[in-house]
Amino acid sequence: MIVKGLIKKGVYFDSVSLMIVSKELNKLEGIIDSSVIMGTKENREILGAVGLNLGIFNDASDSDILVGIRADDEAAADRAIRKMDLLFKDLQHHDEKTTGQKVRSFEDALRQLPGANLSLISIAGKYAAAQAMKALKMGLHVMIFSDNVSIDEELELKQFGRDHGLLVMGPDCGSAIINGIPLGFANVVPKGTIGIVAASGTGLQEVSSVVANNGAGISQAIGTGGREIRKEIGGMMFIEALKALNGDPETQVIVMVSKPPHPDILKKIGNELKSFTKPVVSILIGGDPEILKQINIIATRTLEEAGLFAAAVSKGQEIESIKKSLSERTAVISRQAEKLAAGLKGKFLRGLFSGGTLCDEAQLVLKDSVGFVYSNGPLNADYRLTDLWKSKENSIIDLGEDEFTQGRPHPMIDYTLRTKRILEEASDPDVAVILLDVVLGFGSHPDPCAELVPVILKAKKISPGTLFIGSVTGTDADPQNRRKVIGELEKAGMIIMPSNVAASELSGQIIRKISSKKN
Amino acid sequence: MAIKDLFNQPLQVINTGLASFRTNIESSGAQVIQVSWKPSVDVKKADAAIMEANKVKIDEANKKVLEIILAGKPVVTGMSTALEVIPGMKKELILHSGPPITWDRMCGPTRGAIIGALIYEGLAATVEDAEKLAASGKIKYAPCHEHASVGPMAGIISASMPVFIIQNETYGNSAYCTLNEGLGKVLRYGAFGPEVIEKLHWMEKTMYPVLKKAMEKLGKIDLRNLISQALHMGDEVHNRNRAATSLFYRTIAPAIVETCDDKNDTVKVLNFINGNDHFFLNLSMPAAKACLDAARNISFSSIVVVMARNGTDFGVQLAGTGDQWFVGKSPVPDALFFPGFTKEDANPDIGDSAITETLGLGGFAIAAAPAIAQFVGGTAQDAVQYTLDMYEITAGESAAFQIPSLNFRGTPTGIDIRKVIEKNITPFIDTGVAHKNPGVGQVGAGVLSAPMEPFKNAYEGLAKQIRVLK
Repeated sequence: MIVKGLIKKGVYFDSVSLMIVSKELNKLEGIIDSSVIMGTKENREILGAVGLNLGIFNDASDSDILVGIRADDEAAADRAIRKMDLLFKDLQHHDEKTTGQKVRSFEDALRQLPGANLSLISIAGKYAAAQAMKALKMGLHVMIFSDNVSIDEELELKQFGRDHGLLVMGPDCGSAIINGIPLGFANVVPKGTIGIVAASGTGLQEVSSVVANNGAGISQAIGTGGREIRKEIGGMMFIEALKALNGDPETQVIVMVSKPPHPDILKKIGNELKSFTKPVVSILIGGDPEILKQINIIATRTLEEAGLFAAAVSKGQEIESIKKSLSERTAVISRQAEKLAAGLKGKFLRGLFSGGTLCDEAQLVLKDSVGFVYSNGPLNADYRLTDLWKSKENSIIDLGEDEFTQGRPHPMIDYTLRTKRILEEASDPDVAVILLDVVLGFGSHPDPCAELVPVILKAKKISPGTLFIGSVTGTDADPQNRRKVIGELEKAGMIIMPSNVAASELSGQIIRKISSKKN
Repeated sequence: MAIKDLFNQPLQVINTGLASFRTNIESSGAQVIQVSWKPSVDVKKADAAIMEANKVKIDEANKKVLEIILAGKPVVTGMSTALEVIPGMKKELILHSGPPITWDRMCGPTRGAIIGALIYEGLAATVEDAEKLAASGKIKYAPCHEHASVGPMAGIISASMPVFIIQNETYGNSAYCTLNEGLGKVLRYGAFGPEVIEKLHWMEKTMYPVLKKAMEKLGKIDLRNLISQALHMGDEVHNRNRAATSLFYRTIAPAIVETCDDKNDTVKVLNFINGNDHFFLNLSMPAAKACLDAARNISFSSIVVVMARNGTDFGVQLAGTGDQWFVGKSPVPDALFFPGFTKEDANPDIGDSAITETLGLGGFAIAAAPAIAQFVGGTAQDAVQYTLDMYEITAGESAAFQIPSLNFRGTPTGIDIRKVIEKNITPFIDTGVAHKNPGVGQVGAGVLSAPMEPFKNAYEGLAKQIRVLK
């Protein structure tokens, strides 16, 4: 076995492209492992973790590409390097072919598209703030998909945006729909009268999808990034976005989505909302809905409820009937769980999530049926998993957390980690239920069934009794087509519930029934 | 402006980063443009901060520098010898291309050319004597650029060599350059055989007096005008000088015929110019030098006034940092090699000729010279792309020099090192390639992107200077 490394200077590709290159190299015969990555300090640590941080990389700068290859022999490594050069060439040509003339800078882009009004930024975090400020100063609204932007920079950008009437979505804003155009990870939803402000990317996706799947539509869906509701940022853009929706004639109902904000900020938001004339539906995932009821807000407990209530209000329907049908559904789920639990050998639940907020929501739902569960982002700190790579009793893992995504695309795009983990969990005889989320839409994997169906079938061979339960976030208009995805997953034997809440309820009830039987 | 105004406009997106987002937005029916973004060069935070804090002053200084550069009007006013006209020139002094360098660090072609020059000057009789003398310390070396001169490749100028005198009519400063020897075994590529020396003597004894007389008859030749025309005729006046040489020939030939009494000499001199497509290079270079030298010593300016290589180091000087050189290792160019030679034979990049790029000609104007597109990928579109890249790192556009295929847009002029650092794009340079061993000569021609190191050093140097000025 040999390890070979080289530094490529003067070229640049986005991280996803580099990861695709590395994935292609790993497929070659004689290649054990490879890494093709920008030469930042953080990336070098990642290389260190896999034993590919070579001495020669010490001279590399942040803007160089580091290539580390572990191969059976020299010839295989050289073949991989030649292949890599070809892949780089392809990428460059593809870039030129699809974009016509190369646009070299933001200024150049603005010259070619003088009417540009939004700058979408997804470059490495350390460069993102400067690019965003440049756009703001030119009068463009910005969406910063990048994470790893400091909170000071975020504050500076948002203050500038607020003072100049510009929208600053993010940093770490994964999802938005502006004027009907999905940005980042987002679903194809009909145009409508519901406006969303969300400090959670998957929260925005789930709510907008529920709205769309229940016959209503979206006017605007504005993401703010998760740190928005922390004390340092103080809900600045959240409030500006709410005000913009209140002033937008297309928007008739407003939905706000976030984790529970800092109490001072919740108060500030509440004060703003007092003057609003439009109905406001809120979901503070895990927060106390009582605080909001006092300020005349329609408080909900789940993303699904928020979507359903907003859809009902927009159509002039009573929300009481929705509440009733949801509680009826819970009763149905309970009976369904009874039946499913009957023949199960295992006793534990393992959740493998790609959406962070969906993972939180699942834990909240499960709390009512099975109590706290282990996680890398637990509701209760006592339940933090010490080893992320090994589940314990009932565990729910967010595979989109930083520790899993370093040097790897997000699990909504790259199912590699999740499919590997599904097989591991299925091999554990104590496991009764594997709970999954499948998030569709732009940005996500174009064909999730191609990844999940084979692995479910394989897992069922290893452990025929294990149940696969999940939900599909998205719409039939999404490129993947929700109806088609559900059909294929059901055919593979997965139980698909109408929402993440319903899937979590069913899973929780099953575990509860198993444990009560055993006790 | 208010956020809600955005909701009434069609969304038009500038996408920087993941290219898949562009595809998604496009397929959803919105207009989107993808920026091929590159991370900027790593510089010290404190340096970046001082540049940002002094942005207004730097911008003002650069504006002034650009005005001076663009207003320059280089003309040939006559001929003389190096000793007579080059400031500070001495018999024991040899000028070379690029930043300062000592004999022990000089590359093969430079050493070869120095050996040749010492033999030509009669200071040494044999190659061995010349080598000994060159290393003895009796001969002093200095960059051409520090003596208002420029030289292609090794750029060697010794005391007896005839030189063109170029004057910047707008600002009164002068620049000097030797006569181009043609291709093949020539001194500037490090060749020093008897035929090289013989040719140099002929140029001094026969060609120089003929040209000098003709120039006296003509008075002056407007080089700015001539270069402008040449750009419209497919030259970029660095790697392609065919049109410019023809134009020069048309200008000077009648005067030579009129002023030279010896028919034999007349024919020889005219044939020499006519037979050398690069004759004009030794005029385009000092023309650029004359324009750029006028813009020196303007505090705070981040504009490059010199890019030059000595075959070992690549050097840069800024308008705002006086006589300081900022250097880095000179790279070996990507080139098309003459039959029998490969990159293994090539010397690292060499010559003062990058002064043409510094003025927005050469590689910066390669879109004007589709005939040499084979150096840059083969198609005229490739050439256009390189020129377009250079607009990203320059402060302005030339008024006089235009590119027909870009709808007569002025060439990108005035390299701003702040942009080089921010955009991580270095100047694009056309070049000839010398064999790494002395005495062999040219082995190819091609292009290269300048190394980042000297620009990074210049950025640090300017930041340091600004700290002192404050």
